[in-house]
Amino acid sequence: MGNSIFVRNRSVPIFIGVLALVALAVTFLSPAYGTGAVSVSFTKILGMTLCLCLAALAMDLVWGYCGILSLGHFAFFGLGGYMIGMWLMTARTEAVIRANLAESPIPPTEGEVSQATALQIFSVVGAEDWPWMWAVSDSLILSLLLVMLVPGLLALVFGWLAFRSRVTGVYLSILTQAMTLALSLYLFQNDTGLRGNNGLSGLQNIPGADAIGQERLSVWFFWASALALGLGYVGAAWLVSGKFGSIVRGIRDDELRVRFLGYPVEVYKLVVFTVSAMICGVAGALYYPQAGIINPDEIAPIASIYLAVWVAIGGRGRLYGAVIGAAAVSLLSTWFTSGRAPNVDLGFYEINWIDWWPVLLGLGFVLVTLFAPRGLAGLFDYLVRKEDT
Amino acid sequence: MIRIALAALAGVFLSLTAPLPTHAQQTDGPDLQSILQDNSELVANASRRTVQEVLDILVDSRLPEVPAFLTAWQARALYQRESDGLFVYVEDPDADALTLIDITSGEGLGTATSREVRQLRPNRGVQSVIGATLVGFQLASDDPAVRLGALDAIEDDPEERHLAALEDLVATETDPDVLERAELLLPALVIAFSDDDAPRVEAIRSLAGNISLTARRTLNPLLTTRTEFAETLPENANIARELSPGSDLLSVADAYDMLVADGLAPALIPRSDQVATLAANIVDGEVGGVPVATLNTESARDRAYAALVEAGIAPPAPTEADIAQSLGRFVFFEVYNERSAAVTSTARETLDGIETRVGFYRFLDLSLDGISLASIYFLAAIGLAITFGVMGVINMAHGEFIMIGAYTGYLVQTLVPNETASLAIAIPLAFIVTFMAGVAMERLVIRWLYHRPLETLLATFGISIALQQIVRLIFGALTQPLTPPDWMAGSVALNDVVSISSIRVAIFILAVLFFFALWLILNRTRLGLEVRAVTQNPAMAASMGINPDRINMLTFGLGSGIAGIAGVAIGLFAQVVPDMGSNYIVQSFMTVVVGGVGNIFGTLVGASIIGAFQKFVEWLNPTNTLAAQTYMIIFVILFIQFRPRGIIALRGRAAGD
Repeated sequence: MGNSIFVRNRSVPIFIGVLALVALAVTFLSPAYGTGAVSVSFTKILGMTLCLCLAALAMDLVWGYCGILSLGHFAFFGLGGYMIGMWLMTARTEAVIRANLAESPIPPTEGEVSQATALQIFSVVGAEDWPWMWAVSDSLILSLLLVMLVPGLLALVFGWLAFRSRVTGVYLSILTQAMTLALSLYLFQNDTGLRGNNGLSGLQNIPGADAIGQERLSVWFFWASALALGLGYVGAAWLVSGKFGSIVRGIRDDELRVRFLGYPVEVYKLVVFTVSAMICGVAGALYYPQAGIINPDEIAPIASIYLAVWVAIGGRGRLYGAVIGAAAVSLLSTWFTSGRAPNVDLGFYEINWIDWWPVLLGLGFVLVTLFAPRGLAGLFDYLVRKEDT
Repeated sequence: MIRIALAALAGVFLSLTAPLPTHAQQTDGPDLQSILQDNSELVANASRRTVQEVLDILVDSRLPEVPAFLTAWQARALYQRESDGLFVYVEDPDADALTLIDITSGEGLGTATSREVRQLRPNRGVQSVIGATLVGFQLASDDPAVRLGALDAIEDDPEERHLAALEDLVATETDPDVLERAELLLPALVIAFSDDDAPRVEAIRSLAGNISLTARRTLNPLLTTRTEFAETLPENANIARELSPGSDLLSVADAYDMLVADGLAPALIPRSDQVATLAANIVDGEVGGVPVATLNTESARDRAYAALVEAGIAPPAPTEADIAQSLGRFVFFEVYNERSAAVTSTARETLDGIETRVGFYRFLDLSLDGISLASIYFLAAIGLAITFGVMGVINMAHGEFIMIGAYTGYLVQTLVPNETASLAIAIPLAFIVTFMAGVAMERLVIRWLYHRPLETLLATFGISIALQQIVRLIFGALTQPLTPPDWMAGSVALNDVVSISSIRVAIFILAVLFFFALWLILNRTRLGLEVRAVTQNPAMAASMGINPDRINMLTFGLGSGIAGIAGVAIGLFAQVVPDMGSNYIVQSFMTVVVGGVGNIFGTLVGASIIGAFQKFVEWLNPTNTLAAQTYMIIFVILFIQFRPRGIIALRGRAAGD
């Protein structure tokens, strides 16, 4: 099966090849393993971009293939980040506390270490005890499990409620948007255990990896992101191929007809929705250690809308489209908003791209929706003159 | 400034002194200045303890100018001439050459430099004693406003000698406002200063059912308690209740601390002190025979400490059993600060009755808040009810139309400074501006996407971020002021519990007006008929001679224009910032979805439910509005499970799909 996917979907070997080339190129240009032409911070940006591509891939699964426009997928992304962030923060803070307490004449008890760690983490929101949701934050393995389980469970419950009562189309979009808004408002509260609007910070300091240094860590995280994206791509391609994929696409095109053919539409939608949420969780868990900080602002509704827009610009309904859209728009955004783009002098007015980029981006959305409904990936069709999907 | 204040004081005392001249002319005693000269030392260097003496003399003199004099003295506007000790007023204290004024006649006494006179600066204590005396004069004033002011002063700083004056006032007062205040204040003074229980109980009873803050402020102090302990419950104390250590009201640690504070039990040795003792007694890598490296558990530390205690190096720490035994010897109880049990029990009873009523009014107040919140949601969502609800277009830029409306209001206000006039201009102008914007957007973008609703969402989202950024580039990211007219600034208060700000009343009225206007437009006009026809079946409508393009354009313009007006209203109480629209967009969609798509009545119901639910959650947890919003959204998500088409669902063909 794993082999046949490479044969059936030509985009898979091409994509894996391109991804491997990019990974090699970044490695040989990185400061740690190559010439140093790519700085540490830019390596991180590239790694983060790959994570966003993975999230866009997940988004394309639900929207492009199953027709569910979720405007809350960044909630799953953020939850993945929070789950891994709890472990990073706990382990890191505990190491620092142990180092401090090691100098006291009497060795500290486990209770004292735990208490001091909690105080260090939560004093910013005026608390000093571990909230219940940090119960497994001292275990990397359990935290990694939660990265998949928590977004998956949220998607399962939410999807079950929504699909069961046949909420579809724009109603579902609005509900998913409400979900991510509710989650971000919930996390904004200081007393909910995830440090309110302070969020989790210092995530770039990987516990026990101080000796390795950010130069090498950034490349390692880039590899990990590339690996996750590659695996995600193969997995997604496998999922949408074959009978399962045909049914899912059938649901997208005519849900009623598929239902009348006797397929349990809700189950298929639920599987796709949940799997895609778990992929998002993994993407988030890889993204935030590179970003260094996560706070509730990250999962505000607008982030999820951007995710949908990337997929739309890239071209939904084909996996590489989502990746192209996410990579192109987020890298262009970085380029324009970092001040590297040259200002345009019109004589009477100088266009400063930091200010004007959002306007350009917004109008770009409009133009793509109006004139290129199949997105950038649709341009390939003109070149190849052949339907890919 | 001071001059104005003095002028105002003088104004007040014209009315104060007016009733008194009859007494004055009959008085043949010494004039004010000579009384003051007799007590010169007491006046010039007044202290809280001695000033009463001279005040009594002044009151007894019944001179008409005494109140004005006391006011000036209290306000530090009284001066004494260094050369002869004469007490004078000064015309303008900031001038270089001070013009002196006689305290009785008001005639000029020539000028002096600031070195030749000394300003009398009574301290706060003296000022309050003078104030208390003044209150007596003020209560006798003819002007009800002055009498009310005196009652305020009594309430701020009640004194025993006010009691009699107040009783006189209640007996003779004719002005209803003053009487009401006085009758409320009298029980407070009786309760505070009467020696006998019977009148105090009577006074407490008279407050029954009175929900004013004053009444509650009077009763609450009677019920304050302090925690005490004794070997047996004292018989003669007014005990509120017994407490057992370890309950919610009294922790074991607090109870034990009380015993320690009185030296009745050995002090606890905190864990940190024990560890410090251990650290101070490390011998050869061991403490009391326990290796230091193993001291990382509590039990090992306990063993090491016990060894130190045995060796006589450390004081023994009380064990749990010791603590329990010490606590067992005493009873702990709360005792009222008020001695009389009759007074406290009556006060408790009365206060409970008041609290019940207050609870009812709180509920009423909360309901008003809920209605007001519902009006805001309704205003924000009503435009969407047309574009999304009736036309099925998901306009993510709806929030930006609200924002444009608010900025239109702000712009008009910068041009027309009169707030009422600018509001009158801004409301139609905002409608026109956003109507045009909506029509332009419909013509350029939305009409190409009618068959692709999800993509409308993305295109309008693009427009939304572009509009936000353009406004940010023009006006900056900071909050712009949109000031409501003065007549909207106050609040309407039913009593001390129930009040609502006028601006919220105005928004409620606006919401009601909107509702009826739209209902009329959609159900009673040609345009409304055509809109409904096009919504239900554009092809059939077209074959009936309706131009669907034109109708779609006008409908979208109407929805957008209404969002603009809502923006002016919202801008009056919320912050006018470029991204203000995004605060309302998700709520607005939820309002429309909950209410049921396709009719504005549904939006009204949806807004009411959401507003009421949110206020209800806030009532359960008043400190946390974020939690209220969170639960409100979860409520909406669950609600949609049971009524996926909203509360007012269209049935049959009109529902379409």
